[in-house]
Amino acid sequence: MPQLIDHLGAARDIWTRLAEDAPLPGTGSAIVPLDRIEEASATGLELGVHLPNDVEPEAAAPWFERLSLISVDFPSFADGRGFSVGQRLRALGFEGRLRASGPVISDQFDYLLACGFDEVLLPDDVAERQPPEHWTAAPGRITLGYQRGRTGRGSILDARRMPHSG
Amino acid sequence: MYRYDEFDHRFVTERVAEFRDQVSRRLTGALNEAEFKPLRLMNGLYLQLHAYMLRVAIPYGSLDARQMRMLAHIAETWDKGYGHFTTRQNIQFNWPKLKDVPDILDALASVEMHAIQTSGNCIRNVTSDPYAGLAPEEIEDPRITAEILRQWSSLHPEFTFLGRKFKIAVTGSEHDRAAIKVHDIGLQIVKDDSGETGYRVLVGGGLGRTPMIGKVIRDFLPKADLLPYVEAVLRVYNLHGRRDNKYKARIKILVHETGIDEFRAQVEAEFTSMDRDSVAAPDDEMARIAAYFALPDLAEKPDAPVEVERMKKLDPDFAQWVTRNTYPHRVPGHVAATISLKPIGGAPGDATAEQMRAMADLAERFSADELRITHEQNVVLPHVAIGDLYKVYRGLAAIGLDAPNKGLVTDIIACPGLDYCALATARSIPVAQAVSKRFASNARQREIGPLSIKISGCINACGHHHIGHIGILGLDKAGVESYQITLGGESTEEAALGDRTGPGFGYDEVPDVVEKIVETYLAVRDGPRETFLQTYRRIGMEPFKEALYAPAH
Repeated sequence: MPQLIDHLGAARDIWTRLAEDAPLPGTGSAIVPLDRIEEASATGLELGVHLPNDVEPEAAAPWFERLSLISVDFPSFADGRGFSVGQRLRALGFEGRLRASGPVISDQFDYLLACGFDEVLLPDDVAERQPPEHWTAAPGRITLGYQRGRTGRGSILDARRMPHSG
Repeated sequence: MYRYDEFDHRFVTERVAEFRDQVSRRLTGALNEAEFKPLRLMNGLYLQLHAYMLRVAIPYGSLDARQMRMLAHIAETWDKGYGHFTTRQNIQFNWPKLKDVPDILDALASVEMHAIQTSGNCIRNVTSDPYAGLAPEEIEDPRITAEILRQWSSLHPEFTFLGRKFKIAVTGSEHDRAAIKVHDIGLQIVKDDSGETGYRVLVGGGLGRTPMIGKVIRDFLPKADLLPYVEAVLRVYNLHGRRDNKYKARIKILVHETGIDEFRAQVEAEFTSMDRDSVAAPDDEMARIAAYFALPDLAEKPDAPVEVERMKKLDPDFAQWVTRNTYPHRVPGHVAATISLKPIGGAPGDATAEQMRAMADLAERFSADELRITHEQNVVLPHVAIGDLYKVYRGLAAIGLDAPNKGLVTDIIACPGLDYCALATARSIPVAQAVSKRFASNARQREIGPLSIKISGCINACGHHHIGHIGILGLDKAGVESYQITLGGESTEEAALGDRTGPGFGYDEVPDVVEKIVETYLAVRDGPRETFLQTYRRIGMEPFKEALYAPAH
């Protein structure tokens, strides 16, 4: 079973990811391929979409109001396109849940959060080697970075401007 | 010189702790080797032919005596007593043990240094002009921009797993000593018609197996837009750069395949729509950083003190050293003095711990406690009073670093090559040493004049052979080293890629080949003032080809 992790640790995945041409379920929460959004949006499903990392994030923008979740594909932890995809989805105004799907590693978790992601869905082999406590420990390792990001912690540049920061 | 504040200190300290943790998670198997590799690369640890290599960042090549002494200490404590200064103004230690690396990183952090992003597919150490801050013709010290970029690019959440490495260089002078045209992004500080300072931005330059000269993407970028604009370039690259072939993954290929006009349009669209204010460094932060780079307080002094003039007459090698190895300084009576790490027959860029300490002492006594590393693999004492030059020269002679050869035929750039590197297809250091010995005579070097030889031991071109006046590329032809020669390359504002002479030559032939090229130049040049490059540009390849390949008479 793939493992879902968010900033609090292991989480339960309520979403079903639909294969290419699988029939849409009648109820529940479904993640569909990009080319099936139109079809799926006409149903009463709670809707998510899975975005490959080589399509323009703008392609999902017309559906933002209808989408509760976007899952961005990470085919490998070394393929960092998804970081920019996430960043751009947030810049375009997506306010739903953002998921990184693929074999990312806990050392990337803080970067994912900074780019606007909320959670990661890990394949078994990564989940087995990297238990939830590795993920919850990751964001605190570097207290403040030089970029503002989307974690709410602010940046070193912000901290320097605070009074009495030395 | 920039000084860390509490936040910078905490950042590098925490980064070392994080790496310690990564090493231990590798040992428990939580991280597999494939996952650990980019993490160690981003902490400067590279696996070479025989051992690990640790590449330490020297941001924009600036350091002080205390930091140079720490490099000496590391060389002695955890390596074999020497280090290798690189073409990217860094230093490499060739023999550290994995278990010692976190301790080395702690030692570096204690003197405000690190090895962050000196390797891997991320934004690398930002490089700059070794004469930054002192060159009389400079518009603004490029290290201010380089430091702003260093901070912005450090562990950038979005750009730490790029398709390939990404290199940025900055020059504050029109005369480009930072080779900005062969970088992924090159920044030239310029003034527009109204007198406002900003940047001319180049993109898509690079060497490697597909060398390209960078193209202008913005003629004038206001200073305040620096970080948002660079971020827009990186975002377009990260989203659209090729990932199917590591040899086509640099931004130069994307710019080439997309076309500069379309690429520019994509960057401008991203730049226009992004939240620029959340990325830009605020004015007060730019001012805070700029203040660190104020010129040290140097009193004006005489330009030609009697004592130094007298020693120049008595000691012709010293006179040549002053002519070749010094550069004019903004403050009258001062120069920047280049310490050549190219003694005759030496390994280019190498320095022993003892030499590092001696250079640190000289910097403290005679150069306002500052040193610079150059992309030509030399060291500069940036603020030396002319009246102190002989003392500096004697100090360098005592450690064997008094070669008066800056910019001359023996001031050779070479990558580590087959002696160290797992990628190399041929030796480069021994080739440099053999050529250097062939041209050992100072008088002969003087007669030949400015001539840059750059040697790479494989097509990845770490020795920058494409932009050497004479470029030497070592290949493997059916198990035998073969050296391809290029002529006419150049790294400055007149950057050009060299042209191949023809079939390659054997390892033992290279010194003869270089000598034939030099003799041909000396025979046909239009007087002693016409440099090798000027002659080549005037007469072209033919006479050189003739000399190299025509059957002997």
